[in-house]
Amino acid sequence: MTGFSFRRLAAMLRKEWLQMRRDPMTIRLTLILPMIQLFLFGFAINANPRHLPTALVSADHSVYERTLVSALVNTRYFDIRPYPSAATADEALRRGDVLFVLEIPPDFSRLVDRGEKPRILMDADGSDPVAIGSATAALGALNAAVLNRDLPPNLRSAPPPAPPFQIVLHARYNPEQITALNIVPGLIAIILTISTLVLTSVAITRERETGTLENLLAMPVRPSEVALGKIIPYVGLGYAQTVLVLALAVVVFGVPVRGSVLLLMLSLGLFIACNLAMGLTFSTIAQTQMQAQQMAQFAFLPSMMLSGFLYPFAGMPGWARAIGEVLPITHALRIARGILLKGNGLAQIWPDLWPMAAFALVAGAIAVRLYRETLD
Amino acid sequence: MSASSPAIDVHDLMKSFRKRKVIDGLTLRVETGEVCGFLGGNGSGKTTTIRMLCGLLRPDGGGGTCLGLDLLTEAPAIRRQVGYMTQQFSFYGDLTVRENLEFVARLYELADRRAAIAAVLERMGLADRAGQLTGELSGGWKQRMALAACVLHRPKLLLLDEPTAGVDARARRQFWDLIHELATDGLTVLVSTHYMDEAERCGRVIYLAGGRLVVQGTAGEVVAAAHLVTFEATGPGIERAVRALRAAPGVETAAVFGQALRIAGLDRAALAAAIARLDDGRLTWQEVPPRLDDVFIHMLNAQEPAE
Repeated sequence: MTGFSFRRLAAMLRKEWLQMRRDPMTIRLTLILPMIQLFLFGFAINANPRHLPTALVSADHSVYERTLVSALVNTRYFDIRPYPSAATADEALRRGDVLFVLEIPPDFSRLVDRGEKPRILMDADGSDPVAIGSATAALGALNAAVLNRDLPPNLRSAPPPAPPFQIVLHARYNPEQITALNIVPGLIAIILTISTLVLTSVAITRERETGTLENLLAMPVRPSEVALGKIIPYVGLGYAQTVLVLALAVVVFGVPVRGSVLLLMLSLGLFIACNLAMGLTFSTIAQTQMQAQQMAQFAFLPSMMLSGFLYPFAGMPGWARAIGEVLPITHALRIARGILLKGNGLAQIWPDLWPMAAFALVAGAIAVRLYRETLD
Repeated sequence: MSASSPAIDVHDLMKSFRKRKVIDGLTLRVETGEVCGFLGGNGSGKTTTIRMLCGLLRPDGGGGTCLGLDLLTEAPAIRRQVGYMTQQFSFYGDLTVRENLEFVARLYELADRRAAIAAVLERMGLADRAGQLTGELSGGWKQRMALAACVLHRPKLLLLDEPTAGVDARARRQFWDLIHELATDGLTVLVSTHYMDEAERCGRVIYLAGGRLVVQGTAGEVVAAAHLVTFEATGPGIERAVRALRAAPGVETAAVFGQALRIAGLDRAALAAAIARLDDGRLTWQEVPPRLDDVFIHMLNAQEPAE
């Protein structure tokens, strides 16, 4: 048996290149779609939304009310809109016009003046916990002494006694908690999954479906040369996408690059290898492009949902995290975020590097085992 | 390999797919330089046999040689010297004729790529269409392009799997002219077909049924070996007569060809009786020599009674 031939591989690559050139639409799509996704996800998804519409039903227009409202507005989480009655505000909450309803009782200022510590009811639309999460947290942190300045001297508390300890919360790496900084590095991994996993599994299955694979197998080209010839163009495409998305992420979204770009590219190379091994495995099983497409989707959905791309990894139950830990994208995400946002080096990303390497080895072994030289 | 040794010499080949026997003890011998027609109904195992001969499928049992090389252990070496044309057109429609041929030439690592492509384009009459996208060619030209790709590396054996299916009569004839030209140069050709006119152009035909070789020989030998009796009638009312005859005992096939009604069967007396029963004097009957297609339909019926 003749061994691996770089000349035959070059012939495969040349053929793929010609075919790609004849199909500029696919190339354009693979470069434009990631950009659209970047803008879509980067600008649209916000896990820390501010300026949430809030209905104010006030039966007591007083100085206390005004101070309280302006304190709420100052948190930037609430946009206050006055409503005439509790019923109309309730209806607005139901319809989703507002996410909060703040009710100030008629005797609010009187009770405050008498030092009776009246209660104010804040209704929140709990159907989307993510939307109201940060706002409710801000509500709790509203300074207890917000009304101090307006109170009659006898009720004004002296500067509150210093608590025995103080917690200083410091959101590092992303102090403003801008969601885009979390989403955009993750998007690199998602886009790479699409181009390498989905496109490779379909590209190889296409040769089978159109019958050209039978022809190739009857010629002296080795299966490994066929597979590499199909894979390498998509690696190139994947890297082109990565560079494009990364450049846009930095320029448009101000994503910092605190770590080494080279280290990021090399780690993503390992991630690409994982996807290609998986794509190759799918393509050996699938008989039609449609089947390959479905298998790739099957792997892609958990990649979106369980990897920590859209939802916090820490919030998932144990079994879901176990699945997530197996997926290479989970680790690629952490590495991309780590290197870009935290400036992580090899030592910090190692815990996520080796699981990807293990995945690539196992999936590669399965692909090689399933990859047949004959039509049997 | 001496010139007299057979190009294909395999025995007792077995192949099953999901426990269904597709090839069931096939023994096959094709002499060097022969144009051999490979016939048989759909699902008789023609494609499977061809795939085993070029190493795309591994036989479950049996063995033999192809071009003097062992079928089981030397498949890659066999592939280098065999040109296999698949049943379904399997080149790249989004590449031009020349680009497809260049791709094939590179895979075979041909030393004189340019010259070889120019020669094959000339020979197949494809020179004018070299720059055309293969997907835009008509069926006949596609088949020529595929044949060109199969002979580019100067194989010693051509395996053609229904190369002319769905191609018009003129293109089919031209295609066969090319096959004969290639055979003149010493190439061995095994070609499967469903067309009887093509079978008649083969030096020898091999008939396959149920994964076994049923009969082989020249077209004349195959016809003679079947001992089939055929009668032909002309005259008014043949359309009506054909129905009655189909149901008659001893009549295996009855069909109308243009102005003539043709019946065939093994038993001359039974056929004569059927004719006598039907005859109203308006039809003129005469016994005619059986044709190859009568024989094949007879053999198809014998293998698997018509649905």
